[in-house]
Amino acid sequence: MGMKEKLHQLKLKYQGKKMAPAFNAIHTFLYAPNETTHSGSHVRAVDDLKRTMNTVIMALVPCLLFGIFNAGYQHYSAVNGFPADFSIMEHFITWDNFWLGAITVLPLVVVSYGVGLLIEFIFAVIKGHEVEEGYLVTGMLVPLIVPVDTPLWMLAVAVAFGVVIGKEVFGGTGMNILNPALTIRAFLFFAYPTWMSGDKVWVHEGVQRAGTADAISGETILGYLAQGNSEAMYAKYDLSEMFFGFIPGSVGETSTFLILLGGLFLVFTKIASWRIMVSAVAGSLVMGLIFNGIVDAGWIPEYSKFYGLMQFDFWKHLIVGGLAFGIVYMATDPVTGSQTNKGKWIYGFLIGFISVMIRVFNPGYPEGVFLAILLMNVFAPTIDHYVVQGNVRRRMKRLKNATILPKPSDGKTAELKAETV
Amino acid sequence: MALLSKKDANLILDPLADNNPITIQVLGICSALAITAELQASVVMAISVVFVLGIGNVVISLMRNIIPSKVRIIVQLIVVATLVIIVDQVLKAFAYELSKTLGAFVGLIITNCIIMGRFEAFALGNGPWKSFLDGIGNALGYGVILIIVGFFRELLGSGTLFGIPVLGDPIAKTGLYSIGYENNGFMIIPPAALIVVGIIIWIQRSRNKALIEEA
Repeated sequence: MGMKEKLHQLKLKYQGKKMAPAFNAIHTFLYAPNETTHSGSHVRAVDDLKRTMNTVIMALVPCLLFGIFNAGYQHYSAVNGFPADFSIMEHFITWDNFWLGAITVLPLVVVSYGVGLLIEFIFAVIKGHEVEEGYLVTGMLVPLIVPVDTPLWMLAVAVAFGVVIGKEVFGGTGMNILNPALTIRAFLFFAYPTWMSGDKVWVHEGVQRAGTADAISGETILGYLAQGNSEAMYAKYDLSEMFFGFIPGSVGETSTFLILLGGLFLVFTKIASWRIMVSAVAGSLVMGLIFNGIVDAGWIPEYSKFYGLMQFDFWKHLIVGGLAFGIVYMATDPVTGSQTNKGKWIYGFLIGFISVMIRVFNPGYPEGVFLAILLMNVFAPTIDHYVVQGNVRRRMKRLKNATILPKPSDGKTAELKAETV
Repeated sequence: MALLSKKDANLILDPLADNNPITIQVLGICSALAITAELQASVVMAISVVFVLGIGNVVISLMRNIIPSKVRIIVQLIVVATLVIIVDQVLKAFAYELSKTLGAFVGLIITNCIIMGRFEAFALGNGPWKSFLDGIGNALGYGVILIIVGFFRELLGSGTLFGIPVLGDPIAKTGLYSIGYENNGFMIIPPAALIVVGIIIWIQRSRNKALIEEA
């Protein structure tokens, strides 16, 4: 008797028991079940929930690997000074960087998946439904959008909160209003702001060394701008570093280049909506242009606390901070985003627009992407409602103006009615 | 011999659980969100509302046959306002710091939906003894939730209870703080109260399925 047979027999044994969903989840993760559907007709397609989730995870793996190397690179550069002639092979892809990144980033991944899946299993057993795959992507997103030194117990508390309050209370996967990964980040930010913002948290050991002779700084680009230190920022980082992601930030969101590749992969595999991505980029560019226009027109004095971020070239907003990551991986969440095509344009545009607005107007915390996406998550059903109503109204109008010709089967009365329409 | 008949006892016990003003009727939410960051404020608020609603219900019940129904809201308001001013003055005289913490929310007891709601729904149609029990019961039901929310928010948000540190000193890093624990800043802000109240509602309804409304 092979392993597969044994598992099928075990499955029969557990059928109807409390533990069945927990067993089935692990079973179908590795093996296809031996049952086929018998009733009715079904859509036969390979892109089920598990496949969709795995595709997104594949698109995230480059960001994770880059994040691991970058965690090491940022730490060693902050301690030993940035290399004068930077070369990727010599200074970035090294064993030291990888090792340091692995021991700081991988525990985040393990805790995120461990706690999240444990809660999913518990709820599946209590409610008696199959374990849903919804957490697979969330569990990968969470370590990528938090600072590298986030204490693990805080992450565990936040993941528990996000999965229970953000998802399970609404009925589990597919029923949530807010993106669970962003709910987790929002919880972390409001609960433990000292670990989620400032200039110490973005580089490994930054917090421990603060106030000592070995203190290191890992100010993000937006952080420099919010304090009006544009020259200091440009002296430290150039455009290609911003684009390729050799800058401090949350673990996996720094490399716009890899995010762009991941985004193209998701659009090509038709997993994510290109409408949302394009409109979100457009929205952020428009808002950036408005701010640049205000600066060019001289409406805002240089000593204003908004000046540093307002004069930042509009297109550069896309290559710093979490904007690109949010647009590609979070705004396109099919559950919490708009469902209608027209709605997607509005939804995406407002995400980009509001993100840049929050960035500029909230210098204490110059990153508004997660707030903007959560806000638009709340409004997505409203947008969809008006898009659908607009469509209904348009078609009603068309119906009203249309001449309905009588069918031969209709009698004289129908013919008379047609004339009066 | 029981102190209260079963019917009278239910007037007090029902609002404590299965007909709770906050978790079932969803009234009086504003003050539950605003002042529950500290346990002490929650307790004082609960006592104030017990006083106002208990006496207010009796007064309205005694006057129920002589109040013209056209002006009854005004009369009710005057009764609540009188009682609230008494509470406010007492707090200012004997617990000045606390009355500053509670601020406008003592005055806003006047607009607490639970109070006007009980006047309208119960005191206008029942005798003074029953109205007294109903008032005490509803105010206690409100107070219990306030105290539960206040307990969790102060414990998790500030690490203290009644202002006394129970988890150690966050600055000197003693107790729980020595192993890396930190206060949860989210618990201090009012949205946390909304979530804690939501969790209480969730637990209550999953224990007693009869409370779940039809969708």
